[in-house]
Amino acid sequence: MRRRGGGFHAALAVTVLAAAFLVLPMLMVILVGVTANWFAGPLAGLSLRWVLQVIDNYGGTILVSLQIALANLAATLLLGVPLAYALACAPGRLARAVEELIVLPVAVPGIATALGMVLAWGTVGGFRSHWSFILAGHVVFTLPFMVRSVLAVLRGQEFRLWDEAARTLGAPFWRRFFTVIVPNARGGILAGSLMVTTLSIGEFNMSLILHTPFTRTLPVGLADAYASLRIEVGSAYTLIFFALIVPLLVAMQVLAARR
Amino acid sequence: MRASTGAALAAPAAIVWLAFFALPLARLALEGGDYLATLSQARHLRSLALTTALSAAVTLATLLVAGIAGTFLARQRFAGRSLLVACLTLPLAFPGVVVGGMVIMLAGRQGLIAQASDLLFGERIVFAYSIAGLFLGYVYFSIPRVVLTVMAAAEILDPRLEEAARTLGASNWQVVRDVIVPGLTPAFLAAGAICFATAMGAFGTAFTLATRIEVLPMVIYSEFTLAANFSAAAALSLLLAVVTWAVLFLARSRAGLVSAAA
Repeated sequence: MRRRGGGFHAALAVTVLAAAFLVLPMLMVILVGVTANWFAGPLAGLSLRWVLQVIDNYGGTILVSLQIALANLAATLLLGVPLAYALACAPGRLARAVEELIVLPVAVPGIATALGMVLAWGTVGGFRSHWSFILAGHVVFTLPFMVRSVLAVLRGQEFRLWDEAARTLGAPFWRRFFTVIVPNARGGILAGSLMVTTLSIGEFNMSLILHTPFTRTLPVGLADAYASLRIEVGSAYTLIFFALIVPLLVAMQVLAARR
Repeated sequence: MRASTGAALAAPAAIVWLAFFALPLARLALEGGDYLATLSQARHLRSLALTTALSAAVTLATLLVAGIAGTFLARQRFAGRSLLVACLTLPLAFPGVVVGGMVIMLAGRQGLIAQASDLLFGERIVFAYSIAGLFLGYVYFSIPRVVLTVMAAAEILDPRLEEAARTLGASNWQVVRDVIVPGLTPAFLAAGAICFATAMGAFGTAFTLATRIEVLPMVIYSEFTLAANFSAAAALSLLLAVVTWAVLFLARSRAGLVSAAA
């Protein structure tokens, strides 16, 4: 056992302060969001008034975000899992090159990609004003997280051996894909699914440029509420956002701890 | 797998990537027009300098705090440790807008700091909407990423090096300076690069807090939406994209994919 001298306590103090810095405002948001009147102090009593007001005024943004997040999950599963399988089988150099390209949308700031999207697709039919315009941005941005997550699990396994065994027993390709590859990659698929959904619900940088008044997402509405409404409304809105996203974040932590 | 099967599996993703990433970026590059004229405007140069300085300061502050916390948590076992790990990594995927909200809670007009300073000195200290608030927000969303990277590296640091140093009579401080910090330098570089690139491109926090602080993403946004100056917005976006990509490219060989979502 190490000695616990002054160094231990100094480092502990830094760590606790950093944790408090991250957590205190989260606790405050929760408290303010259910306080009747923050100006009069938290003793003025608790109330769901602000939460209900947010649901009344911004309920549409929550629905748009959930709709996009679900569609994004479906799209990244359909596109990402087959791609990860192909990359796991491809020769190393080719796989690395493709991975590099797939990850580019994460390295390039969302505001740049979104401007390009508006310039390239802004005048094509009704696409600009449809929610799938935002979806397209989210899919490109979150796809690498799905691909990397599935790829990491596949690369740590003897999946090629099992695939080969199923093939020599006469299983056709699609049967092997759904009964050998997908079940063995499920840990990576689950982790990737949590990640892409979390990122899609919270994505702002692209959504701000891509949205129209009819396709406003939750984070875009949230920025509006912070800027123009009382602190209780912004807090209640954040509270709703936490209710959507914190279970996903906790599930991710649990999943990562189990590995 | 036959090559044709692999190509067929990759094709749908490739088409989406080409249509909604490669094509838009190519269109952006065409729109950029006179890059030199855009990039040499005083306002744009000032913004670039401000954004770079802010990102560098955020990177140094985060590396110091999260470096200590990450190394500490990876090496020590004590009651409450996993709670601290959970607290420090939970905001990992918080969007920039929400981080802006957190800064308002801390340093806004009715925030914790304003209320505490009112109680103590009879004066409300408010700095959420200044560059200090932006700094605080960027440190907020950088801490979880850096803590995770540093923890992962510190856990695989060879304990025999430290034991050898102690056998040779090294003090605690000498072990930190001569064994732990050099061993973690690659992780610090990788985490620092991710932190810097994310801060350069961060938009949500700046949008929430400060429409008047001219960090580069805010300038791009105002050129595009308010001034309808598409070519300047495109040229600056590409500049930003090249800078963040280059910094991340240098780092990626060492660290895995870490969200640049803020």
